[in-house]
Amino acid sequence: MTAAMNAPPLLAATGLAKAWGGVRAVDDVSFSVAAGEIVALIGPNGAGKSTCFNLINGQLRPDAGRVLLSGRDITGAGPARAFRAGVGRTFQIAATFASMTVRENVQTALAAARGQIMRPWGAGRNIARDDAMRLLALAGMAGMTERPAAGLAYGDVKRLELAIALAGAPRLLLMDEPTAGMAPADRAALMRIAVAVARAQNIGVLFTEHDMDAVFAHADRILVLDRGRLIASGAPAEVRDSPAVRAAYLGDGVLFAATADDRRQ
Amino acid sequence: MSFWIAQFLTGLASAASLFLVASGLSIIFGVTRVVNFAHGAFYMVGAYVAWSLTERLSGAFGWWGGVLLAAAAVAALGALAEILVLRRIYQAPELFQLLATFGLTLVAADLVVMLWGPDELVGRRAPGFTGSIALFDQMIPAWDLFLIALGPVALGLLWLLFNRTRFGVLVRAATQDREMAAALGVNEKWLFTGVFALGVFLAALAGALQLPRESVNHHMDLRIIVDAFVVVVIGGLGSITGAFVAALLVAQLNAFGILLFPKISLVIIFLVMAAVLAVRPWGLLGRPDVAQRPPAATSARPWRPLGGAGRLAMAALVLAAAALPFVSGDYLVIAATETLIFAILAVSLHVLLSVAGVASFGHAAFFGLGAYGVALAVKGLGLGMGAALALAPLVGLVGAGLFALAAARLSGVYLAMLTLAFAQILWSIAFQWVEVTGGDNGVLGLWPAGFAAQPAGFYWLTLGLAVLVIGVSRVIMFSPFGYGLRGARDEARRAASIGVSPGLMRWCAFAIAGTGAAVAGALFAFLKGSVFPDTLAIPVSVDSLVMVLLGGVQTTLGPLAGAVAYKALSIWLLSQTQWSKLALGLVILAVVLAFPRGLVGVVNQWRDRWLTQRRPGHGEPP
Ligand SMILES: Nc1ncnc2c1ncn2[C@@H]1O[C@H](COP(=O)(O)OP(=O)(O)O)[C@@H](O)[C@H]1O
Ligand SMILES: [Mg+2]
Repeated sequence: MTAAMNAPPLLAATGLAKAWGGVRAVDDVSFSVAAGEIVALIGPNGAGKSTCFNLINGQLRPDAGRVLLSGRDITGAGPARAFRAGVGRTFQIAATFASMTVRENVQTALAAARGQIMRPWGAGRNIARDDAMRLLALAGMAGMTERPAAGLAYGDVKRLELAIALAGAPRLLLMDEPTAGMAPADRAALMRIAVAVARAQNIGVLFTEHDMDAVFAHADRILVLDRGRLIASGAPAEVRDSPAVRAAYLGDGVLFAATADDRRQ
Repeated sequence: MSFWIAQFLTGLASAASLFLVASGLSIIFGVTRVVNFAHGAFYMVGAYVAWSLTERLSGAFGWWGGVLLAAAAVAALGALAEILVLRRIYQAPELFQLLATFGLTLVAADLVVMLWGPDELVGRRAPGFTGSIALFDQMIPAWDLFLIALGPVALGLLWLLFNRTRFGVLVRAATQDREMAAALGVNEKWLFTGVFALGVFLAALAGALQLPRESVNHHMDLRIIVDAFVVVVIGGLGSITGAFVAALLVAQLNAFGILLFPKISLVIIFLVMAAVLAVRPWGLLGRPDVAQRPPAATSARPWRPLGGAGRLAMAALVLAAAALPFVSGDYLVIAATETLIFAILAVSLHVLLSVAGVASFGHAAFFGLGAYGVALAVKGLGLGMGAALALAPLVGLVGAGLFALAAARLSGVYLAMLTLAFAQILWSIAFQWVEVTGGDNGVLGLWPAGFAAQPAGFYWLTLGLAVLVIGVSRVIMFSPFGYGLRGARDEARRAASIGVSPGLMRWCAFAIAGTGAAVAGALFAFLKGSVFPDTLAIPVSVDSLVMVLLGGVQTTLGPLAGAVAYKALSIWLLSQTQWSKLALGLVILAVVLAFPRGLVGVVNQWRDRWLTQRRPGHGEPP
């Protein structure tokens, strides 16, 4: 955070809006993420978190609002362009390439990141082998690089997704419920890895998560979304103590109860 | 004026049977996700069985009873086919079921000739509807009026079935969400059988009800199936009302097309289908999610390039193939040349279907572009064989590239059908633009020159090009770009988020596949010495699809094995028996049942099992 204070932030979303029929999934949402900053986006199911992610990485075009990456407009540019601009992401419902091995998954992402994906010659499975192995080791998958991705346990799929997202050396990493469906011990480990990499490489992270322990343990800042609207944002302690959030959302203890439920899975 | 009204009424009457066939097709696809190519066969068999029953049963009750009995009997046959064949292969890769229904179609085509003879049969008129009624100064057959009334009644009955019965509710649930249907406690097995039987019943009934209108013949199956597919796609997959509207549209286009647009009458429905899909990529009343399918050709067994032993074996195979002219006569050499040409075609479709996961029902389009490219180069530009062979693939490339641009918004079965429309439009251009293409007479006198003038020389040329095309396709398959293609196929969202644009990948796949298919078409033109509109026709598209599926969609060597097996077998059967379709159909059904992963798929399976057994303790093959 020592960069010039008047430089544009890594991510600046202003006035984002998206409606599905009558439902305002995202309604006039503005926030920013600085390089190296870890921001949690929380809110109950259906609050619009995933839609927000889709707006930022260009999967969806917003009805209104703009997405700036280091001051550059990437609004609705499409996911491929957002990726080239430095946005990496993982999906709520994990998505990996089922017909490839774990290593090939990462190599495909590396080939894309390095502009080699259109090359119709040479062996794809020899591309950036070492870097792929390094990323997989980082994600705790060193022992399963040659396995078919189709046969992975769900927790491993989530870790593979993280490795794929990091392969593009993103400046902004979007993680949509990165630990959902994982065993409790693995969850903490995955978050630790992601945060450590982000801190080391000055990556800005925006993540959604239902596990409040993970949120409060790692987030520098928390954004609270409720029915498409941003109802609070600030440091974890601030958000936790904010009367508005308590009244609208935490007040009845729903959030923490949900945490307990999640852990029982 | 009155003539137009009469024509309009004829169109309405045709719409009724078209609607029955198409709604059956649509229901079957909606629930089982099977593209039932045999639907036209069931329609035809329905007509034949009804002919026999109405000839034997007497009186009014006999006629109507015969028609209904025929539909019910054919529905029972359909249920039997579902239980014996389809039920075993629902888990197989997408479109594999198409192969099975194609086998059924072949079997039915020969069986009806065997049982009823090759001649057209004229059936009895429907008692009570034998005359004509004067309407607007025209005599309208009473039977047509019956059919006109039948259409809306059938729509109403189907609506009641789907909205007021438990079976119907289950069918709709299964169409929209299989998991949900399973959660409802549906016995999926019997639901599928029931749905298949219902769909076949509708088709067979439509066939039987054609008795008073037209003679029964063994070409009915293919004539109706294409129209039925078009209706289903225009209407929107899984939508009965959509099928009804589209049936009206298509039947009227058929009725008036020949009068209003004689030049394009043969393809007018395809032009309309293309126009509808351009505006509504999921048909008039279809919904996007119904078209969505799980990743098509994704294999859980990662693809590997050939190792040292595999390459040696391939080299040996090529050498052995090259030696063929030394040990055999011209007939075999020419048959082998044709087989190699179809191997090139299959490999090119494999790039599209298996590597990029894009199904095409109209691969003949690019094959024909190559063939006509040769005709144009030789007859139009006066080029020699070498230059023509170099130019023709470019024609395929340009055609495929333009098509893929136009089709960018479509996916799944809709896209597959649009490729069919494209092929049919090209076919009609070849057929009707006589000044340039020679129309039905084709373009003659395209003989290979120099060393290739002899069968052996041309065979070696073909072998060389086959090795080149297959080699290039394999290099692409395992290159970084190949990984991009497969990535976009496996998970489009994920691919996009790492900068691999699925749209661009699909476009490239079309361009590659189009070029490869055009090479095959160009060689085919020189092999035959002529080009006819047939090169653009549906059988070429179906054959190429069958070859890839037969070999194994999820494998890398499948198209090669599939092409050699299928083409060699069909050439051989044709020379051996007059019932070659029956034999080929039975072989295909046997392969489908014995090797649901295709010929190469089963070899891979055996090898994996063997490797796993040899290394106990290591669960995963390398
Ligand atoms: N593709 C879509 N079509 C229609 N509605 C959608 C779509 N995606 C999301 N929604 C709706 O938008 C709202 C926000 O969804 P989502 O962003 O997935 O929430 P979250 O990720 O916070 O659980 C929900 O009401 C959801 O039903
Ligand atoms: Mg979500």
